[in-house]
Amino acid sequence: MTSLPQSQPGARRLGLVIDLDTCVGCHACAVNCKEWNTEGHHAPLPDYDPHGADPDGVWFNRIHSYEAEGSGGCGKTVNFPRSCLHCENPLCVTVCPTGASYKRAEDGIVLVNTDICIGCKLCSWACPYGAREFDEHDGVMKKCTLCIDRIYNESLPEAEREPACVATCPSRARHFGDLADPESRVSKLVAERGGVDLMAELGYRPTNKYLPPRQTRIETRPVEMPASAPGGLGGALLALVDKVLSR
Amino acid sequence: MPEDRIAYHAPVGDEVAHTTCYMCACRCGIKVHLKDGKLRYIEGNRDHPINRGVLCAKGSAGIMSVTSPARLRAPLKRVGPRGAGEFEEIGWDEAMAIATARLAGIRASDPHRLAFFTGRDQSQSLTGHFARMFGTMNFAAHGGFCSVNMAAAGLYSVGGAFWEFGEPDWNHAKLFLLFGVAEDHDSNPIKLGLAKLKERGAKIVSVNPVRTGYSAIADEFVGITPGTDGLFIMALIHCLLAEGAVDTAFLVRYTNAHHLVIDVPGEADHGLFARDAEGAALAFDRKAGALARADATGTDPALLGTFTLPDGRRARPSFALLAERYAAAEYAPEAVEARCGIAATTIRRLAAEIAEIAFRQPVTIEQAWTDTDGRRHETMTGRPVAMHAMRGISAHSNGFHTCRALHVLQMLIGAVDTPGSWRYKSPHPKPIPPGPGPAGRAHDGRGALTGNVLGFPTSPEDLLVDDAGEPLRLDRAFSWEAPLGIHGMMHMAIAEAHAAGRARVDTLFLYMANMAWNSAMNPGETTRMLTDRDADGEYRIPFVIVADAFESETVAYADLVLPDTTYLERYDCISLLDRPIGSAHGPADAIRVPVLKPDRDVRPFQDVLIDLAGRLGLPDFAEAPGKPLYSSYADYMVRHQRKPGVGPLAGFRGADGTVFGRGEPNPEQISRYIANKGFARYDLPLEQLYYKHANRAYLTGAKEMGLIDDDSQIVLNLYSEHLQKFRLAAEGHGAVRPPERLRARVARFMDPLPIWYEPIEQTMTDMKQFPLHAITQRPMSMYHSWGSHNAWLRQIHSENRLYVHRDLAAAQGLEDDDWVEVVSRTGRLKCQIRIMDGVNPHTVWTWNAIGRRSGAVALAQDAPEAVRGFLLNHVISEYLPAGDDGARLSNSDPVTGQAAWFDLTVRLEPCEPETIAETQPRMAPVALTTKGAGQ
Repeated sequence: MTSLPQSQPGARRLGLVIDLDTCVGCHACAVNCKEWNTEGHHAPLPDYDPHGADPDGVWFNRIHSYEAEGSGGCGKTVNFPRSCLHCENPLCVTVCPTGASYKRAEDGIVLVNTDICIGCKLCSWACPYGAREFDEHDGVMKKCTLCIDRIYNESLPEAEREPACVATCPSRARHFGDLADPESRVSKLVAERGGVDLMAELGYRPTNKYLPPRQTRIETRPVEMPASAPGGLGGALLALVDKVLSR
Repeated sequence: MPEDRIAYHAPVGDEVAHTTCYMCACRCGIKVHLKDGKLRYIEGNRDHPINRGVLCAKGSAGIMSVTSPARLRAPLKRVGPRGAGEFEEIGWDEAMAIATARLAGIRASDPHRLAFFTGRDQSQSLTGHFARMFGTMNFAAHGGFCSVNMAAAGLYSVGGAFWEFGEPDWNHAKLFLLFGVAEDHDSNPIKLGLAKLKERGAKIVSVNPVRTGYSAIADEFVGITPGTDGLFIMALIHCLLAEGAVDTAFLVRYTNAHHLVIDVPGEADHGLFARDAEGAALAFDRKAGALARADATGTDPALLGTFTLPDGRRARPSFALLAERYAAAEYAPEAVEARCGIAATTIRRLAAEIAEIAFRQPVTIEQAWTDTDGRRHETMTGRPVAMHAMRGISAHSNGFHTCRALHVLQMLIGAVDTPGSWRYKSPHPKPIPPGPGPAGRAHDGRGALTGNVLGFPTSPEDLLVDDAGEPLRLDRAFSWEAPLGIHGMMHMAIAEAHAAGRARVDTLFLYMANMAWNSAMNPGETTRMLTDRDADGEYRIPFVIVADAFESETVAYADLVLPDTTYLERYDCISLLDRPIGSAHGPADAIRVPVLKPDRDVRPFQDVLIDLAGRLGLPDFAEAPGKPLYSSYADYMVRHQRKPGVGPLAGFRGADGTVFGRGEPNPEQISRYIANKGFARYDLPLEQLYYKHANRAYLTGAKEMGLIDDDSQIVLNLYSEHLQKFRLAAEGHGAVRPPERLRARVARFMDPLPIWYEPIEQTMTDMKQFPLHAITQRPMSMYHSWGSHNAWLRQIHSENRLYVHRDLAAAQGLEDDDWVEVVSRTGRLKCQIRIMDGVNPHTVWTWNAIGRRSGAVALAQDAPEAVRGFLLNHVISEYLPAGDDGARLSNSDPVTGQAAWFDLTVRLEPCEPETIAETQPRMAPVALTTKGAGQ
C-alpha cells in the first residue's frame, strides 16, 4: 500500500476548474489531450482496432452528455468532461501495492510511475470517478498527468504552460491554476460561481471543481396586448411613425 | 524504489509550421509541430484571428487523417464495371493525358458538356475561374446543398449574410438569438463568442427543435417545429410593430423603408419603386409636403400613407406594405403558436425582451464617424440584439424567405452592423446584389464565358433559360425553378445528367464531393444513375472523373481517379475572392503550406487543375495548349491577377510587400505569409468598425483596397424590388416570362416581402401518413463524413441512433434501443432509437453523416458506421412528386434552389423483436481493388 505525502505548508494544489455552464460537449479537450499525451509523459495512448468493428483506445479525458430535467418539462443536455480530479484523499494511491501510484507533495498532482506499475488495476477499482485508463498493450495503468510535461516546460512560452485541454478549449470552459491559493483566478471563480466537488460525500476531496450551469434572464415591462384590433396597425406604431424623422 | 522519470522540459518537436486547418470549413489557424520529420502535435495558432489559439476535436485529430489508411495512393483507371471498385494504378502522365484528351474534345465541340462540381471546396476562386475559362456553365460547389438560402437572402437584403459574411458582435451583444445552429458554421468562433457572452451575462436564446450542442448551454431553449421559423419570426415582427418597437430613424437612413412602391395592380411596374427621370427612387417628404428623392437628406420621409405620383398613379412607402402584412391577425402569436410549437406567451415575452434590449439598453461607443451623406456622428449607438442562423433555416424549401424575414427583423430594430448587433465580416458589405448576373449564354473569342459562372440575377433577363423558359444549366439553377440559384444546385447534377442523356453531358468531374453517399439527396438512386447504361450498353453518364484524397464511396464510381493530397501536404489560399477569414474588424486571408511531403503518388488537386488548364490552353492559364502560364498553384496564388492589382492573396502585395489589398504581385508574397504565421490581416480604423453600409471612410477604403467597385451607400433592402421583377414576369409582363406551368409558382414565391408557407414537400405529402419531421444535427466532433476514417474521431462517433421524444416513444410502445423502420413517401430505412426529452415532440433526429457504406474509407466491412450507422438521405428524394403534367420539380427552395432536405417527414414502424440488429438499407460493400501499373 502506498502512503500519501505529508502535507507541506504553502504547497500548491494544482487542478482544473470546469465550467458546466459553457461546456458545449465538443470533445476538443479530449482529442487535444490524446494528441498531446500520446507522445507525452505517459506515451503512448494506444488505439485498439482503430479502423475495425470495435474502435476503442486510451483517453485521459472523456466527455459524457446527459439529459437532465430542464425547465418546462423539457430536457436539458449537460455536457460533463471527466478526467482525474487529483484528489486530496486519493484511494487510488493508497491501494497501490507497489508505490507506482503516487501523489506529489509539491503540487498535489497524482501520477503513475509506469516503470513499477504491475497492472493489477486496484487503483481503477478504487477510483469512484473512473478516471484511470489501462494500457492493454503495455499492461500498465495510465491517467491524466495534468500535462506535467507542459505546465513546467521551459521550452514553451510561459503563456502555453497549461494543460493541453485548457489551451484548446474553444468555449473557454476549462481553467487551470492553484486551488490552494484563495487569491488565484481559479479559486475566485470557484468562490464566485459556487464551484462544487464531484460526489463530495465520498470523501476523496477532489482538487478539480465543477461550476454549475447558470441562467440569465431579461426583465421586461409587463407585456400588454396590442392596443388596436387585430389586422389594423397598432396605436403605438401609428404614434411612432407620426414623429418627425430626419433623413 | 525507482524514481518516476519526468521529462519536464522536453521540446514539443524540432520543427514548427503555421498553416490553415481543413478538418472542417472554419479555416482556423494551426501550429503544426514536427518531430523527426513526422507529425507530433497540432494546436491552435494563438495569433490567428479565427480561433485565437483554440482548436476543436476535429482539428486536433488531423494527425490521424493525414496518416489514414483511406488515403488514395496513386491515380486510378477503372478496369471493372463502374461501381465495382476495380481499378488499375496508372502514372500521372497517363492520367493527365486521359483527362486532357477528354476535356479537349468536349471544349472543341460543346464546352457545356463538362459538368464540374466541387464539394466543400475552399478554392472556388480557382475552380470557378477554370470553369469560366473552359467555357462551361455547368459548374458549382456544394452551396446549393448547404446554405444558399442564407447567402442569397443575406446578399439580396443587407449585402452580407449569416456565417460567411457576418458575425454577431460578441463584445457588446446583450441578447443573442441563435436559429437552427447545431454546431458548425462556424465552429470555434461561435464557441469563443458564446464564452464571451456568458462572461458578460448576456442572454442566449436558441431556437432549434433539438436541445444539444449550443442549445444545451442556452439560457432559453425554444423547441420550434421544423420549417416554422419564418412564422415565428413574423410573429415577433407582429408584436414589435404592435408595440411600436421599431427604429424608424434607422429605417429611413439605411433601408428602403420609405421608398414609394407603385401600387397599380396589373401594370408592368406595379410593385416597383416610383422613380424620377434620372431613375432615382422617390419618397414622400412630409416636411415639404411633396415627393422627393429617397436619398435626399434633410427630408422627413413618410413611412405610412398613400401618395399620388406626378402621373396620377398611387404609391405607398414599402414600410406601409410591410406593416400592413405583418400586423395582420394571421401573424399574431396566438395564430401561430400551435403550428410553431411555441406558446403565444413565450413569443410575446421574447418580443418584449428584444424591445427591452434594443430600445432601453442600447450600446453607445464613444467614436465619431461620418456617413455617406457627409454627416458627422459623435458616437456609434447600436441595438445590442445579435442574431445568427444557419442550417435549420437554410435546408427548408421556405428557407430563403425565412432568412429574409430575420434580416427584416434586424432592420426593423436597427440591428445591422451597429454596436451589439450582427455585423458584416469583411470584405462585406457589398452592393445588393454584389455582382452581375450569371454567365453561360455567350463565349468570348477565347472560348471563355463572358462572366462568372455563378452570378446574381436582378431581373428575368439574367436567367439562363431557353426560349420556352426551360433551364439551360444542367442543374436547373438560374431557371424559373430557382431564379436566385446563386450557388448552383449540385444535388440535381447527377439526376439531371442521367435524365438528359449523353448528348447533354459527356464528363462529370467531381472534386471532394461525396455525391454517391452523403452529398446525394438519395444515395441509392444516385448510384443507380451513375451505373445506368443505355440500350447500346454505354453508360448513360459517359465519363466520370473524381478527385479526392480518400477512398470515399464516390471513388468507386469514377472512370478516372485523380488522388489529392491531404491538407497538410499542399499550398492553398483562403482568398478574398472566395470566402476568406475576414471579420468585422477587417479583411484577412490565409494560406496553407505543405508541412509534409506526400509519401505516395498523389498531387494537390489545385496543381492538377492548373496543369490541366495549361495542357488545354485555357485563357488566363496558358499562352497556348501545352504552354502554361503557371507552374503550380503557389505560382498562381502569387502572380495571377483577377483585375489589375487584385489577386488571390491580398496581403503583402506591391514590390516591397507593404500593401494590403490592391497592389502589384510580390514574388516574395508566400514567404511573407509564412513569416506572418500563415495569414494576413488588415485592421480597420475604429471609425470604420460599424455602420459599414453607410460609413464613408469604410466604403472609400474598401474601394481603394479592391473589395468593392462602388463606394456609394449600400441601401438595405427591406423590400426587394429584384424579387418583384420576377413576379411581374410571372404576371405576364416583360419579354422573358416563366413557362405556363411555373407561372403561379413564380408569382407566389418571388414576393418582395418575406412570406411564410408550409414546406413544399409537406403540401404534397399525406401528413397523416408521415406526421413526423425528421432532421439531422451536426456532431461537434465530426464534419460530414470526413472524420469517419479518423482513428480518434470514430472512437467518439461510429454509430448513430434516431432520437425520439419520450411521449412519442410511449405512444408507439417504443423503448430505448428498440429497432424501428423510418418510412417516408419515397423509401424506408431501419435504425435503432434513443429516447430523449429535449426535442420537439413532433420531430425525430439523428447525427449527420455518421453512417458509411460498408467497405468505404478503408474501414472494416463490419464497422459500426456500416452496421449500426445510417443516413436519413436514404428516405429523401431530390424530386418532388410529379405534378399533373408529369413534370417533377426539384425538392428545393423555389427561389434559390437550396436542397430542402429538412422538409422530410416520416412515420415510425416498430420492428419485430427478432429483427436482425443492423441498419438498413445496406448497399453492397465498396472496397477498392487495385492492381499496380504493369502487373
